[in-house]
Amino acid sequence: MRHTLAVLVENKYGVLSRVAGMFSRRGYNIDSLTVGVTDDPTISRMTIVVMGDDEVLEQVTKQLNKLIDVIRVTDLKSEESVDRELALIKVNSDVTNRSEIMQIADIFRARIIDVASKSMIIEVTGDDGKITAIEQLLRPFGIKEMVRTGKVALRRGQKSS
Amino acid sequence: MTESTEKMTGARALIECLYREGVDTIFGYPGGVLLPIYDEIYDADIRHILVRHEQAAAHAAEGYARATGKTGVCIATSGPGATNLVTGIANAYMDSIPMVVFTGQVPSSLLGNDAFQEANITGITMPITKHNYLVQDANELPKVIKEAFHIASTGRPGPVLIDLPKDITVQEIDFYYPDKVDLRGYKPTYQGNLQQVKRAASAIKESKNPVIYAGGGVISSDASKELIELAEKIKAPVTTTLTGMGGFPVEHELFLGMPGMHGAKYANYAIQESDLLIAVGARFDDRVTGKLKAFASNAKIIHIDIDPAEISKNVKVDVPIVGDAKWTLQKLLKYAEPAQSEKWLDRIAHWKKVHPLHYVEPATGDGIKPQYIIEQITEACKDAIIVTEVGQHQMWAAQYFKFSEPRTFITSGGLGTMGYGFPASIGAKIARPDKVVFDIAGDGSFQMNSQELATAVQENVPVIVAVFNNGYLGMVRQWQELFHNRRYSATCIQNSVDFVKLAEAYGALGLRATKRDEVRPAIEEAIASGRPTVIDFVVEEEENVSPMVPAGAAINEILDLERKE
Repeated sequence: MRHTLAVLVENKYGVLSRVAGMFSRRGYNIDSLTVGVTDDPTISRMTIVVMGDDEVLEQVTKQLNKLIDVIRVTDLKSEESVDRELALIKVNSDVTNRSEIMQIADIFRARIIDVASKSMIIEVTGDDGKITAIEQLLRPFGIKEMVRTGKVALRRGQKSS
Repeated sequence: MTESTEKMTGARALIECLYREGVDTIFGYPGGVLLPIYDEIYDADIRHILVRHEQAAAHAAEGYARATGKTGVCIATSGPGATNLVTGIANAYMDSIPMVVFTGQVPSSLLGNDAFQEANITGITMPITKHNYLVQDANELPKVIKEAFHIASTGRPGPVLIDLPKDITVQEIDFYYPDKVDLRGYKPTYQGNLQQVKRAASAIKESKNPVIYAGGGVISSDASKELIELAEKIKAPVTTTLTGMGGFPVEHELFLGMPGMHGAKYANYAIQESDLLIAVGARFDDRVTGKLKAFASNAKIIHIDIDPAEISKNVKVDVPIVGDAKWTLQKLLKYAEPAQSEKWLDRIAHWKKVHPLHYVEPATGDGIKPQYIIEQITEACKDAIIVTEVGQHQMWAAQYFKFSEPRTFITSGGLGTMGYGFPASIGAKIARPDKVVFDIAGDGSFQMNSQELATAVQENVPVIVAVFNNGYLGMVRQWQELFHNRRYSATCIQNSVDFVKLAEAYGALGLRATKRDEVRPAIEEAIASGRPTVIDFVVEEEENVSPMVPAGAAINEILDLERKE
């Protein structure tokens, strides 16, 4: 099972490596990890997607809390939170199929952010399912390169503090 | 609160911080980038113990910490000095011992340049410290040191490392020592949940076969008295782990001895047959539990621990209580009522009678059985501090010494570090000069840090090293005998050194006992000498530690390994 954790940490040197090191040392798998500063510049927020059952989740949460630089760990359950991911997809294209690709992008409310003679880059934002879907539709044209940011998530409603 | 500030260098500030933390002794070894700090140590009012290898500085600081409960402090230079500390830091981390470790570092401007004697020690020690710091501004130094001592000594204790680039130590600052620490990510829970304490009390009242399983947490939270009171009140037998040894008096009628791989049979039987296991400051280590699925499988489990991450890590817990052992036991004492354990205690008394710890004396001749030495040390000096290396001798010490108070057994539990005992015993003796301190050693282990004889002699630290000299790396040899058809691959170390001459070469006293009736006089002579002493006890070569639960077996599947003559 996939869990999304919001981890508030001190915005300090070495914190990412403490968190990543804990995961690798204890044999937990990180599906994706994103980091960025919050509205408080001394605090960063990590969104970590981790695979495992409830026992793994419990241990991961406790081990994260043991790190001195970790301020709070929240399990973002999917029904109580919203999440998004951004992907940039560079796909083969020429005059013959350019409009077809643009239509697909349109359907997904994705944007074309670069056009070259033999390729274009599409920017798409959404949840995991949406990104996988557009990826599959674009695959027949030939995906030259693709990058995903990893998931970011927030709990719905009031601030989770 | 305001305190007037004073201008000083980072090096001077370091010493001022140590004064304020009440540090009276540090263990260390100088080096290039530490010169400004050692210049301050030169006339500081702190005893500096010069070791002969940095690993020993870390172990000695740990021995000091374990003997007193205070935070141990050690210091080493950048690069190899720092990496030599790594084993000692890992050891303290595994056994949750409070320690603050200072390392020198190349100047900030050279960091990351592969400069001479540069090692990324904060990176290296990240998984083996409770926390670590690379100081980037000397103005931060007092705050960092204050936090380090706080983190090391509170919650579940552990080592904290502070890496000090050389320029930090010469930078001038306005010294101000904060009197409070505020770490928003670190708030250990001392007071357990009272509802859970009450649930534990009712589980105790309902139980018929209760067992208390106490670990090193009882020692570190100074909860020995409460443990004894609880056991007596609820009428439950007590088993203590290797690191919990001393937390419950061995001669108490409710004592079960040590559990697990080399535990007493009756301790293992009791755990397996228990209907309620009360774990206090213990972490269900594999050497205790054996095959996890078969461990105490009929018991309800209460787990008291200050580290939430230990709860249900290995064994599913029914009544978790996150809190300090002393605080929680005090509350539990208030609510607990006796278990219905009369028949149970009779059964245990029966097991104790039928399956005592024992060994077979040589039928003929006057050879020395290693267990006999431990018994003789007990008789000669029951209130000694026993420090050990790692291996067979360590298990014999845990099995046969009659500990009566906490902080008298100092041993490398989690990491199993050969070479730990001798430097740790130096630290313990410096901390407790009033106590006789023995390092129970193997001929293998002692040779891993025997250079510290120089430290003991120079600093006049009269510890007694009892070398159990069997010419083998005994514990590995025992496993080879049992599981590898006696193919003694790389475990025979016969005649590697004359330990008496080695002691004498360093200016220590060297004694030797080769016969049974020479054991006690050698012990007495060593105690009376008041000098650092090595006793070379030439013991039976192939004696095994018994009983033994093979790795991976359930703890009631026990082998008897007494060597018959």
